[in-house]
Amino acid sequence: MITLRVNGSTFDTDSDPETPLLYVLRNEMELNGAKFGCGLGQCGSCTVLADNRPIFSCLTPIAMLSEREITTLEGLGSIDDPGPVQRAFIEEQAAQCGYCIPGMIMRAHALLLQNSAPDEAAIREALEPSLCRCGTHLRILRAVHRASDGFQEQTSAAGESTQ
Amino acid sequence: MNALGQLKFPRRSLLKGGGALVLYFAISPARVLLAQEGAPTAAPSAELPGSLSEYPFLDAWIRIDSDDTITVFTGKAELGQGIRTALTQVAAEQLKVDFPRIKLLTADTAQTPNEGYTAASHSMEKSGTAILHAAAYLRRTIIGLAAEELGVAADNLKVEDGIVVSSAGERRSYGQLVSGRSLHVTVNDQSEFFAPDSYTVMGQSVPRVDIPGKLTGKPSYVHDLRLGGMVHARIVRPPRRGARLAKLDTSEVDRMPGVLRVVRDSNYLGVIAEGEFQAIKAMQALQAAAQWEGGTSLPSDTDIYGHLMQLPADISVINGPQTPQSPPEGAKIVEATYTRPYQMHGSIGPSCAVGLFQNDQLTIWSHTQGVYPDRAAIAEMTGMDEQSVHLIHMEGAGCYGHNGADDAAADAALLARALPDRPVRIQWMRDHEHQWEPYGSAMIVRAKGSVSGTGDISSWNYEVWSNPHTTRPGPAGNLLPAQLISGAFKPEAPTNIPQPAGGADRNAVPEYRIPNARVVEHFIAEMPLRTSALRSLGAYMNVFALESFVDELALAAGVDPVEFRLARLEDPRARHVVTTVADAFDWTGWKREPGRGRGFAYARYKNLAAYCAVAIDLDVDRATGRIKLGSAVAACDSGQAVNPDGIRNQIEGGLVQSASWTLFEQVHFNADGVQSVDWAGYPIMRFPSVPAAVEVHVVDRPGEPFLGTGEASQGPAAAAIANAVADAIGARIRDLPLLPERVRTAMRG
Repeated sequence: MITLRVNGSTFDTDSDPETPLLYVLRNEMELNGAKFGCGLGQCGSCTVLADNRPIFSCLTPIAMLSEREITTLEGLGSIDDPGPVQRAFIEEQAAQCGYCIPGMIMRAHALLLQNSAPDEAAIREALEPSLCRCGTHLRILRAVHRASDGFQEQTSAAGESTQ
Repeated sequence: MNALGQLKFPRRSLLKGGGALVLYFAISPARVLLAQEGAPTAAPSAELPGSLSEYPFLDAWIRIDSDDTITVFTGKAELGQGIRTALTQVAAEQLKVDFPRIKLLTADTAQTPNEGYTAASHSMEKSGTAILHAAAYLRRTIIGLAAEELGVAADNLKVEDGIVVSSAGERRSYGQLVSGRSLHVTVNDQSEFFAPDSYTVMGQSVPRVDIPGKLTGKPSYVHDLRLGGMVHARIVRPPRRGARLAKLDTSEVDRMPGVLRVVRDSNYLGVIAEGEFQAIKAMQALQAAAQWEGGTSLPSDTDIYGHLMQLPADISVINGPQTPQSPPEGAKIVEATYTRPYQMHGSIGPSCAVGLFQNDQLTIWSHTQGVYPDRAAIAEMTGMDEQSVHLIHMEGAGCYGHNGADDAAADAALLARALPDRPVRIQWMRDHEHQWEPYGSAMIVRAKGSVSGTGDISSWNYEVWSNPHTTRPGPAGNLLPAQLISGAFKPEAPTNIPQPAGGADRNAVPEYRIPNARVVEHFIAEMPLRTSALRSLGAYMNVFALESFVDELALAAGVDPVEFRLARLEDPRARHVVTTVADAFDWTGWKREPGRGRGFAYARYKNLAAYCAVAIDLDVDRATGRIKLGSAVAACDSGQAVNPDGIRNQIEGGLVQSASWTLFEQVHFNADGVQSVDWAGYPIMRFPSVPAAVEVHVVDRPGEPFLGTGEASQGPAAAAIANAVADAIGARIRDLPLLPERVRTAMRG
């Protein structure tokens, strides 16, 4: 048995240790955020965070993840209380079919944790592993800029409250 | 009392307790039968607008329950284009009901009208128009009922969020007023609408209803469907078309953990397992165990155009004189050949479906674009009665036309029938989608024209060669799995979509005033690679070629490309999008710099849908030949704009997608089969290559009919990019995609 830590909770699974995380998230934990896109690490639809770094959950076996803190789209917020990146994407209407967007949001979230004020080039570079086929890229970029404003406000508010 | 007030609805004596109409529809297939059944008041009329011509009855489109639940039905499907939101807006506006109160049911063979495929940018034009008229008609009818019940003139009644209020303050809800009455009446085609300037919902950028759920992990796609006891399947396809499964030893696969069944029927092969990763491992083992023989070897992608042009073709002159036009004496002659390779839909989520076979009934959840045609094809394939097959649309990843969706639905049917009473979920792997989706056709255009000394276009000869652009089911033989099972179904002989919309020849006829413009189509039915509808069909290539050629003629005439177009465009709406883009782009004030170019293009999609113009600038790296897209400006006129942000999203998305096709995309293949089996073998645009900015101007035309938008920008975007590259390097590239090596070759002259 392998114990995973996902979105702050633990989850025990009897699945074969070589099972990629994606299938445990989707089929055992019933989390829809991470999507199967290619199974090859080429499209980013399956992106989740392990210790706040993006990983391709379609490739990463659960055996490698028992010591890691995994965050999925569902860990960032809910439909009633979306997280700052989710909120920014909703406000910018940054989706068409929306299939790739959870991966985009995870990658953007990881970037903003490292750098709350990334410039355009840094955002494009961070999102490069993720493919969008509907051509929503410009809205996605705007959404990440908007989320960055939210992150900075949050950071400065947190800074003030600790002073 | 006006004519409406006199309109009588038959009371339904069969309804128990005078309850809501919902009782009448309790058994869902009856709903469809009712909406389709013979007419109590009138037969279907070809004169009614939109899809009302096929479904003229009110109850096919709208249901009001006695508890005031309002349900609107559409046979169209949400494909990520925002149709769910826009159609709800139309209904809310015309019914005068608050937007959130409308429940919209989409494509389901037990619930909704048969509106064929959600394709050809027809959803607003067909379904939107039907709902517009049905809702307006229902609202007027309800006001008439209220006038009768309250004994007042209809003019003294107003509507507030689904409640009719008299000047004396008496109130009746829609539910109260229609309770116990049948809505099975023909929609009067003389629908009166409110003045467009009074609209409060239509014309607003209402946020998409589906986005918050999709962005927070709510189940949103057929991929997210989890039914009790559901099991997982994977398929094994032949290595090449026509290959025969000669030998198969399943003993190893049968013993693998979780494996429930290996499904084999002639050359059809799949495996079902309890767990999804178990199914994938079993699929890999099955693939290794299968020995295939024979099959059709493909031509090489390097000489595909010559190969296509020597195949038998159905040749027709679709515009202008029967014989080619000779350029007059002294005219400047321009000749050009343009090519476009096979290109992919490339959905980010591979095709998926869930099937359940139980009590001789087959239910399929699918992201098909056409639940009814797919049901007919699946019924034929399985030898089942159509009434025993139920197709329910659920969203998939964006499809952009006929991708693997229908074939995956057929897989679900075959697999579910092999394991009754358990829901079977099939999802294709990436290589299945890349290798087996029907592609957008490779195409060739040859153009020869001339300009006179005064700058007039004095001759125009345009010929296009193409494979089919629609091979949808249709008959079972158009489903790939049906071709693999025993008694293999044969695909039907493909046909072209006739003018004026056209398929291979879509947008091949110039909209410009050109005397005796001659346009010839060579329709090649034999498909070396399977092709079908890819967003905008032939229009992408024809607009690329035609609008490139217009620039070539403008250059020969020494006239600015925008001026050259405006001098030949008569339709004021066409002129308006052209001048809007030229002004917003600052065409006349644009600063020229070394290595930088600007391009312009225009088309009205299908020559009868939305008008769209695009301008873009870009930089070409002279050393590498790499193209870096700068800022793009587009304008679109889709008639009455229901959701301007939805239109912007479609135009901007279409432009970026087309930029990806135009700069990067080409299906590679050789004698052994398709070689583009993943995103490494078929690169598409990634973030660093996305344009710096895209600005979209939505031209609203209040009161004008809805015009299809979703495929309007692909052609103009491709031509604008090609024209900008020619402007930047002073040489023309006529072969798609505009790869760096082609740019370097063109620069060397």
